[in-house]
Amino acid sequence: MAGGPRTKFDNPVVEWVDSRLPVFTLMQKEYGVFPTPKNFNYFWNFGAIAMVMLIVMIVTGITLAMHYTPHADYAFESVERIMRDVNGGWLLRYLHANGASFFFIAVYIHIFRGMYYGSYKQPRELLWLMGVAIFLLMMATAFMGYVLPWGQMSFWGATVITNLFSAIPLVGDSIVTLLWGGFSVDNPTLNRFFALHYLLPFVIVGVVFLHVWALHVTGSNNPTGIEPKGTQDTLPFHPYYTMKDTFGLLVFLVVYAAYAFFAPNELGHPDNYIPANPLVTPSHIVPEWYFLPFYAILRAITFDIGIPFTDIVLIPAKLGGVLAMFGSIAMLFALPFIDKHPIRSARYRPWFRLALIGFVVVTFVLGVCGGKPAEGLWVPLAQVCTVYYFGFFLVLVPLFNKKEPVADLPPSINDAVLAKNNIYKKAAA
Amino acid sequence: MKKQSMKKFLSVTMTAFLLMAPAAMAAEDGGHQEVPSQSWSFDGPFGTFDRGALQRGFQIYSQVCSACHSMKYLSYRNLKALGYTEAEVKAIAGQYTTMDGPDDEGEMFERPMKPSDRFKAPYENEKQGRYANNGALPPDLSLITKARVGGADYVYGILTGYEEAPEGVDLAAGQHYNKVMPGHKIAMAPPLSDDIVAYEDDTETTKEQYARDVAQFLTWAAEPEMEHRKRMGIKVILFLLVFAGIMYKVKKKIWADVKH
Repeated sequence: MAGGPRTKFDNPVVEWVDSRLPVFTLMQKEYGVFPTPKNFNYFWNFGAIAMVMLIVMIVTGITLAMHYTPHADYAFESVERIMRDVNGGWLLRYLHANGASFFFIAVYIHIFRGMYYGSYKQPRELLWLMGVAIFLLMMATAFMGYVLPWGQMSFWGATVITNLFSAIPLVGDSIVTLLWGGFSVDNPTLNRFFALHYLLPFVIVGVVFLHVWALHVTGSNNPTGIEPKGTQDTLPFHPYYTMKDTFGLLVFLVVYAAYAFFAPNELGHPDNYIPANPLVTPSHIVPEWYFLPFYAILRAITFDIGIPFTDIVLIPAKLGGVLAMFGSIAMLFALPFIDKHPIRSARYRPWFRLALIGFVVVTFVLGVCGGKPAEGLWVPLAQVCTVYYFGFFLVLVPLFNKKEPVADLPPSINDAVLAKNNIYKKAAA
Repeated sequence: MKKQSMKKFLSVTMTAFLLMAPAAMAAEDGGHQEVPSQSWSFDGPFGTFDRGALQRGFQIYSQVCSACHSMKYLSYRNLKALGYTEAEVKAIAGQYTTMDGPDDEGEMFERPMKPSDRFKAPYENEKQGRYANNGALPPDLSLITKARVGGADYVYGILTGYEEAPEGVDLAAGQHYNKVMPGHKIAMAPPLSDDIVAYEDDTETTKEQYARDVAQFLTWAAEPEMEHRKRMGIKVILFLLVFAGIMYKVKKKIWADVKH
């Protein structure tokens, strides 16, 4: 970061600081002239959008924490105080609650972008791994955040999810007791979830810093998946992408604001406006929408796995579900090491492209299944989709490594862009 | 060229909306009864509360519902939002008494309620509430429209949904048949019938009108910030749209001489 030749700044104050701590040089290098492929489409906006959402969540979250009481007897009431008596409290809370959803929307699109254009491939494997780590941390943070209002869905969601750990052989029950801080979800659980919900976002900030650092070492991928070969392929980050990102961000914020101001409870569950009651179980416990595909995978394993023709059970259904759920995230971690095909972008990989579109469809269907009661046709549907989810990573992608033809790529980004322009010009003529 | 980038942009936006679909579908579910949808003055981004309906609804709440249902997150001072004056709110609060103290001599004492006091609860505690209602606790109504699928439609539906139990439905003692209640069995006796509350204006005094008024009052009680929120939302979205329009032009201008 430091050292090396430094161009002097004209402004004396800037120059005084920069000669002692070259932050201005750093910003200039990493966000000013930083060479960025010139062919990004709007999918490349979502990293910046996710970053802004993280900041929105931290700012609104810290302010909410100033008014919130993390105690089983007062949490629900303190949230109502925020909604009714704290100046702008309803705004903070609705921005925070809907912000979680929109943070996930941004990150899901960001992850899809990475998969579609092969951004996880060599040399960006570590960049991808840190991204998946951020996703995992976000899931933990969001789950604990949903518990804090201490409504019915908070309480029962916490009960169901923490109980999953009891499926782990030998140490499972001890882990659950540790998570709960007792023998059921209660005040100690709420206290530790609050502490962790406050801590983890800053861990996310740390990993995001590493994620961006790694990005600035390898440089960005782009829709062709071809590495930039010279200045004709790139543009300085500022003003080209600062301005494009700002436009995309504003459009995203319009949709976010529409939810936060006009349908603030649309993405939540009505049961969470009923105070937590350990004696009354809601008829249908569902997690937040962004967990539904994983919840569906969890519930898809309805059978014990054992040695055929004997009564020996190796993996009971519950453990199987938990393994499948965590396995579904583990697949994302493994992706850079499974996919060895030499071509990055799905644009030049018709087989992979089709399989990936199928993967997205299946994930949506799993999301729908996760929101339905685990009965009737929803169960086999979720099971078929789960098979495809894992089959995509474990069968299709490895199969494509050897079998999918290696297409001829354009010689450079610039050539690809110009060729495309010519096609449009011809079509227009 | 431009068309192409706009098309891509739209497809990305569509993806964002598609992502919401499972959530919306999930939210509809939950073993609940279909609630017939009503038209309300507060529907939509420009919707506002009808102050007359809110005051009438409050009258229904105080004369009928409050016999069994608390509203513990509301204070009498909140009623100013319904259009009552300071003096009227004081008079409303003053009709009730509460235990306060201890005073300087260490004694608890009874005093008239003040605007800063929370709404008077019908029962001292949950046990008393259950004992008085055949074991079923009448829920607090402060958040009821947010805590039930359907919101105001649900409240209206329950209040007007009482019917003779169809053949083959067994009701336990103290249970009533209601077509909107999940499971159709409800412990609350039909609370409303025509002409039980006299309105000060010439609004008709039917069961349906009472139900509509109290549903609106309860919606306000659950979301007292709604009008403020929607007004602010319009401004925020207009600002964002204009800003986005400007940034689109800026972006186009900057990119004009780049072959991409």
